[in-house]
Amino acid sequence: MSNSPSSLVKGRGITKIFGAHRALDSVDLDVSRGEVLCIIGPSGSGKSTLLRCLNQIEKPNSGMIRIDGDLAGYRQKGEVLFELDDRAIARQRLACGMVFQRFNLFHHMTALQNIMEGPVTVLRRRKEEVRKGALKLLDRVGLSEKAGAYPAQLSGGQQQRVAIARALAMQPKLMLFDEPTSALDPELVGEVLNVMRDLAAIGMTMIVVTHELGFAREVADRVIFMDAGRIVETGTPEELLSRPSEQRTKDFIAAVLS
Amino acid sequence: MSTDRAAPDRTGDPAATSTGLRIVPRRHFGRWLATALILLALAGIIRAFAVGQIEWSIVAQFLTARSIMNGLLNTIVMAVVAMALGIGLGVLFAVMVMSSNPVLRASANGYIWFFRGTPLILQLLLWFNLALVFPTLGIPGLFEFRTVDVITPFMATLLGLGINQGAYTAEVVRAGILSVDQGQTEAAQAIGMARPTILRRIVLPQAMRVIIPPVGNEFISMVKLTSLASVIQFSEILRNAQTIYFANGRVIELLIVAAIWYIIVVSILSIGQFFLELRFSRGYATGRR
Repeated sequence: MSNSPSSLVKGRGITKIFGAHRALDSVDLDVSRGEVLCIIGPSGSGKSTLLRCLNQIEKPNSGMIRIDGDLAGYRQKGEVLFELDDRAIARQRLACGMVFQRFNLFHHMTALQNIMEGPVTVLRRRKEEVRKGALKLLDRVGLSEKAGAYPAQLSGGQQQRVAIARALAMQPKLMLFDEPTSALDPELVGEVLNVMRDLAAIGMTMIVVTHELGFAREVADRVIFMDAGRIVETGTPEELLSRPSEQRTKDFIAAVLS
Repeated sequence: MSTDRAAPDRTGDPAATSTGLRIVPRRHFGRWLATALILLALAGIIRAFAVGQIEWSIVAQFLTARSIMNGLLNTIVMAVVAMALGIGLGVLFAVMVMSSNPVLRASANGYIWFFRGTPLILQLLLWFNLALVFPTLGIPGLFEFRTVDVITPFMATLLGLGINQGAYTAEVVRAGILSVDQGQTEAAQAIGMARPTILRRIVLPQAMRVIIPPVGNEFISMVKLTSLASVIQFSEILRNAQTIYFANGRVIELLIVAAIWYIIVVSILSIGQFFLELRFSRGYATGRR
């Protein structure tokens, strides 16, 4: 299987079934290097499940995913696929950084420790050198004075910015954002979107599940509308948000904007 | 006990200032009555012990007797090693119970079922009398020991208390692990951690917050449960106290000596538990800003 050099993520026929519910129904997805892709759609449409499949937190029932050429979850030898073990899957996950709706910072660690945990424990890099990098990242998300604070001492927006720094510390090839501002008070949304805007500006490849249509319009290279586990429509922000061709897309955008 | 605590603030109370009337604070007759009754009862108990047939000088004499001190040391050592074995087994079996492997799950559940289902004193007697079932222990052809040489009173007590404790601690650890949000595991997976590392670095440290209070309680129980080992000739403090009173007939005095030591050890442990809980509530103790 050949990969065009610019294609970082390639998904074919991704299907995920929970009991009788088809959360993802044969989804095809291509993301180029440096592209910012926003996924919008009603809740239950499969947006989050798609991200979780890309990062192998969920295992798809069928379909295949390649990230930077590596087949997710398998090792290919000739015509045979060998299922990978836990450790090898953990290694594959290093390609993607993930930011969660509920932040999921490690509660028993300070902001700085949260960022250092991956590089020190997983990548086995030297603590002193990691600390320097982590402080730089904290500075980049505007929280250098919060290095010693525990998550419970931070606002939601601050926690999410630390979570972004934690993901970046692993130097991923791709960042996945799962509704990163949905759990935030309205006045805190802006600070998180600003950090994401900066990331997009330096060419990070990003897949963002979001309800922030303004952010999608401004930052995304491409927007996908999903409903009932399928991709209904895809296009540039201008095409999809201003002149949607599908009725379902029109209804959704009207409902969000009202 | 101050009664004016409940009195309204006369200067700030608009009702008082506007009417200019005097306010009589509410009287707490019930409180005074209860206090008086309790003081009376306390005085009665103290008097009863003072005139009762207890030779306090004998209590003082045996409080630090050599045999009692040895017993105390054995009690403490046994409580610590049995608890350590219990916690080790508890974590192991908790992880097994939560495993996706049905064989591991079933065997861990079987262990918990058996050791929670039989009285501890019976288990101690079984371990102590193991030689009746298996005269020798070992792997045939490699090494072999006579069971009576291996299963000393110390060994039988350690196995009995530790393995029994493991069954209870397994449930406590499982509850602790379940108390940690699934999102913590997902976040750890997302930074490339493998399962064993997630358990060790992320889940267990947070589960400790839930695990420590009940395990602290069980440790305190364990100190007292070691006294059961007196039936299988392990010379902990209660057995040594009994040995002395079989000789000198001072039953109550020596029981008081043992009681005093138990209370001292348990009090120290309670203080230690307080600080341990403080340590593991890191990141939770402070309120959300």
